[in-house]
Amino acid sequence: MIALEKRPTPSTFWTWATPVLAVLLTMIAGGLMFALLGKNPFLAIKTIFYDPILGEFAFYYRGQLLVKAGPLILIAVGLAMGFRAGIWNIGAEGQYIMGAICGAAVGLAFYPTESWLIFPLMVIAGAAGGLVWAMIPAILKVRFNTNEILVSLLLVYVAEQLLAAMALGPLRNPEASGFPGSRNLQQYPSAANLELIPGTGAHWGVVAALVAVIFAYILLSRHLTGFHIRLAGQSPRAARFGGVNPTALVVFCMGLSGALAGMAGLFEVAGPAGQISIDFNSGYGFTAIIVAFLGRLHPIGILLAGLLMALTYIGGEAAQATLQIPAAAIQAFQGMLLFFLLGLDVFANYRIRLTKREGVA
Amino acid sequence: MTDLLTVQGLTKAYPGVVANDDVSFSIAPGEIHALLGENGAGKSTLVKMIYGLVKPDSGHMRLHGEAFAPPEPRAARAAGVAMVFQHFSLFEALTVAENVGLGMENPPPMRELSREIREVSHAYGLPLDPRRLVGDLSAGERQRVEIVRCLLQDPKLLIMDEPTSVLTPQEVEILFATLNKLKAEGTSILYISHKLEEIRALCDGATILRRGKVVGACDPRERSAAELAELMVGQALHRPDRPPASTGEVVLQVAGLTSEHVATFGTRLQNIGFEVRSGEVLGIGGVAGNGQDELLSALSGETVGASETVRLRGKPVGHLGPNARRTLGLLAAPEERLGHAAAPDMSLTENAVLSGWQRQDLTRQGFVFWGKARGFAETIIQSFDVRTPGPGVAARALSGGNLQKFVIGREILQRPDVLVVNQPTWGVDAAAAAAIRQAILDLAAQGAAVIVISQDLDELLEVSDRFAALNAGHLSAPRPAKGLSMEQIGLMLGGAHDMDVAHTDEAQYIKKTYVEHRP
Repeated sequence: MIALEKRPTPSTFWTWATPVLAVLLTMIAGGLMFALLGKNPFLAIKTIFYDPILGEFAFYYRGQLLVKAGPLILIAVGLAMGFRAGIWNIGAEGQYIMGAICGAAVGLAFYPTESWLIFPLMVIAGAAGGLVWAMIPAILKVRFNTNEILVSLLLVYVAEQLLAAMALGPLRNPEASGFPGSRNLQQYPSAANLELIPGTGAHWGVVAALVAVIFAYILLSRHLTGFHIRLAGQSPRAARFGGVNPTALVVFCMGLSGALAGMAGLFEVAGPAGQISIDFNSGYGFTAIIVAFLGRLHPIGILLAGLLMALTYIGGEAAQATLQIPAAAIQAFQGMLLFFLLGLDVFANYRIRLTKREGVA
Repeated sequence: MTDLLTVQGLTKAYPGVVANDDVSFSIAPGEIHALLGENGAGKSTLVKMIYGLVKPDSGHMRLHGEAFAPPEPRAARAAGVAMVFQHFSLFEALTVAENVGLGMENPPPMRELSREIREVSHAYGLPLDPRRLVGDLSAGERQRVEIVRCLLQDPKLLIMDEPTSVLTPQEVEILFATLNKLKAEGTSILYISHKLEEIRALCDGATILRRGKVVGACDPRERSAAELAELMVGQALHRPDRPPASTGEVVLQVAGLTSEHVATFGTRLQNIGFEVRSGEVLGIGGVAGNGQDELLSALSGETVGASETVRLRGKPVGHLGPNARRTLGLLAAPEERLGHAAAPDMSLTENAVLSGWQRQDLTRQGFVFWGKARGFAETIIQSFDVRTPGPGVAARALSGGNLQKFVIGREILQRPDVLVVNQPTWGVDAAAAAAIRQAILDLAAQGAAVIVISQDLDELLEVSDRFAALNAGHLSAPRPAKGLSMEQIGLMLGGAHDMDVAHTDEAQYIKKTYVEHRP
């Protein structure tokens, strides 16, 4: 009989080995799936993992990598703080939208004035937008004990409606002869979030993501607040005994994740997207949940997971374009990655033991 | 007349504790036999061996004069032994009949079974509608389902584990009538309880267990409740001589403490009042679940209330949280080691920070000095002889006794003015328990006020200067532990303290000061 036995102390080896093993297993299982679809599995894997970085057209893809990874990492770092504490903000997508709306609105309000102050103001407005939106589930939770998962998730759909209303109403470009969507911020130098180093895709959002990773790392490992976050997630009663104020913790974690998601939205709308449009959001807020867990809620892990996730997106698109692999197969491939990672996670805390079959009372 | 069941020399040891040590007794046909003992005396282990859930290390049993060693409950049931557990194993979403059918080897058709349930339940005065959902039944009715399930097997021996703990007084009467009816029909009943009056009213014979050993047998109808209590907790209560405590001023004063919110299955603290002086140990006895956890939380600051309910050196602290109380010198060590006093997956260093960061000065502007924290953890490990490879080990990897030494040591080394500990030696081996008790006495000798909440009466009488009993959220007035007779303790624990609580001088005094200090 196979039995799972709890390890006395979590295994350090398995904690670091599982992500690598998960990627390998995904390649094998995904390769099998591609083979069953009649595609060359080796070519498909190479297209997804190798070509975007070192292939013939890598100069195009490489820039895309940071553009996609930046918001994922920025949002995921914030979410991971809450997840560590057992506070489940599932509505980062909504906070991302609200950050974009608020930040863009500030920028558009100044149009066409030119000043170096405008962009920083937009960043602050973006963070504030996401923060306020995240405060709704936070305050409902601490006041009325509502479930933050449901409230934050449902607010995503409210935010989407608001986005459409803004694109059609107050923020619509007055010179676009009735077409929905705002002015293009990329054509407004004081508000544009431009590429900092040509060809890399690195814009201010990528810088912010790196800063967030470092900040989160220090917070979690060196600061009492980070210690309390970890404590509250692991054993709530011990946290209460240790003097952790649950209300303050909910407000802090929701506020931080909301502000970072809002900032990510602003950097996107002022940069790669350029304008507020009806369908501006593209699911970064939800994918960031996967990135957070893929990075095992650790800032450095999230940095790597964000890059890996961005790679599978870009490589997946390339595989769709060049090998005609269906989009659903690419999504299944990404799903496998998460499945294997979470599945292998068991080995960090448990080990397999083969036992003789016997009746145990 | 031969005995129905004879138990000879049963022994069962678990790591660190001998649950049953050479236990022997017998039950006659048609006898209601009580198994009496404090929590942890080994009653449950003993009946689990009879019911085939636990295998004895040595000893043997005879049923109907034949050797009886059930390898599993099914075999015990086939031999005519049935058991009603303290915790029910019923599916709420299924009907009474479906639940009964699930427990049978070859259930008859549902209609047949329903008829049988109706007949049996009426015959024994436990009316049950087989079509009702278990989820809609009261605790007493659910117990009826369990009993009827047993009765359908036509048992020769019915084991009941603390059956009245979930029942209302009216339901208890009905149950007793049923048990007497079964007895009249020749069924033997093994009745586990620590409620003395019940046993005196119901049982024909009693075996008294204490720390896994049989310490006596008697006819409970011929003994007083006080005599039974004395047998249960033991007469040979010796406490080590120690210098008479030089108690100082009052450090902690609690008055009018009543729970505002009560968790599900929690106990409401009812107007609790006491005071502790420096250098003194106050022992609080009582069966777990009578408000011990709630009292600890109210003292540690995990639950807060009106500011004047708890006063530390005269300063009202009832409204302050754990951190503020720690700064002022009021520390606590909760009962639950893993998950409350310590975080299981965190290292000992991290667990040292958990409650020690303020008084040990382990942080500056929120940044933790991990090196210093590690040093503090190492000091705890050394001073309290915690057996562990080092402070980097996760708390869950330690044995119960070692983790308990760590938790108690963590609080004691912070030099508290008041320390509250709940069940300090529960599940801890004898050597570690002795070390912990000594550390508590040493702390008091250095001038701290200590409150020890425990179920272990021997322990309380060993360490306490004064003793009080906590029962259903009420605290009796504390009395000097020295010279306290077992009869008095039995009465205090049995809930009969209500009558004398108002007459002691201290209760009057506390009441008076409470009234005076109210705004």
